[in-house]
Amino acid sequence: MNLGPHAVFIVASYAAAFVVVAGLIAWVYFDFRAQRRALGDLEAHGVTRRSSDIKEPA
Amino acid sequence: MALIDLANPTRFLGFAERAMPWLVAATVFAFAIGLEQALFVAPDDYQQGATVKIMFLHVPSAWLGMFGWGLMSIAALGTLVWRHPLADVAAKAAAPIGAAFTFLCLFTGSMWGRPMWGTYWVWDARLTSELVLLIMYLGVIALWRSVEDPGRAGRAAAVLTLVGAVDLPIIKFSVDWWNTLHQPASVFRLGGSTIDKSILVPLFAMAIAFTLLFVTLHVAAMRNEILRRRVRGMRMLQARAQEG
Repeated sequence: MNLGPHAVFIVASYAAAFVVVAGLIAWVYFDFRAQRRALGDLEAHGVTRRSSDIKEPA
Repeated sequence: MALIDLANPTRFLGFAERAMPWLVAATVFAFAIGLEQALFVAPDDYQQGATVKIMFLHVPSAWLGMFGWGLMSIAALGTLVWRHPLADVAAKAAAPIGAAFTFLCLFTGSMWGRPMWGTYWVWDARLTSELVLLIMYLGVIALWRSVEDPGRAGRAAAVLTLVGAVDLPIIKFSVDWWNTLHQPASVFRLGGSTIDKSILVPLFAMAIAFTLLFVTLHVAAMRNEILRRRVRGMRMLQARAQEG
């Protein structure tokens, strides 16, 4: 693949896209883990939701 | 399951759990095809040369930056008019994703502009209105972070979102209304696209891949926001119980 004389601009664009997409995926993944952990801690301390009669997904 | 059933946050969590593996698989598959098309199949443009490959990132990012705000505007109506339980969850989850794509649009446009126009930036109507969109995204994110109660934050952000929606037609038609360095519409226009099929197919392949990525991230971010509100509610119950 020959990117020609402007290769640095093309590579910079794809690198930026990779970083932005990886950042979004990391944000979603680590946020999910943090919320699940916080919910688990609260439940371990006996705190339940008012609507805890609703069946939760596994 | 009817779409209205997903209005229940618990049902939405169930839907997200079932849909997520399929969405991830579809996104990975779409990117495998899109990147293969963009990097190895698409020919160099007769004027732009290989820099046309930047367009396969720039154009989908531009579409999704606007799509994100459009989605937030519909959600804002859901918050203000119908008080839909998931409306401001959807809007809040879409904002960082839309902001990221708008940033990517501006960055890749700048990387394309330097070799093609001779400048990274020019204050023409299309570029400026796109920058305004990024600033509005950052403003809405800041608003959500500055108001503690999610309900109040959601209503305030909904008003700001609907006011900001006026920027969407300005972005779209700026190249027709003003004399801009940015080229006029070349994909969706009366009389058909002016782009050759050999470039158009990879462009659509990448657009589909990025759209699937947006949807996957949005569903995941909505799930996280629902869980965050549950944590907040349970912590308030815990604090009340400790006080009592």
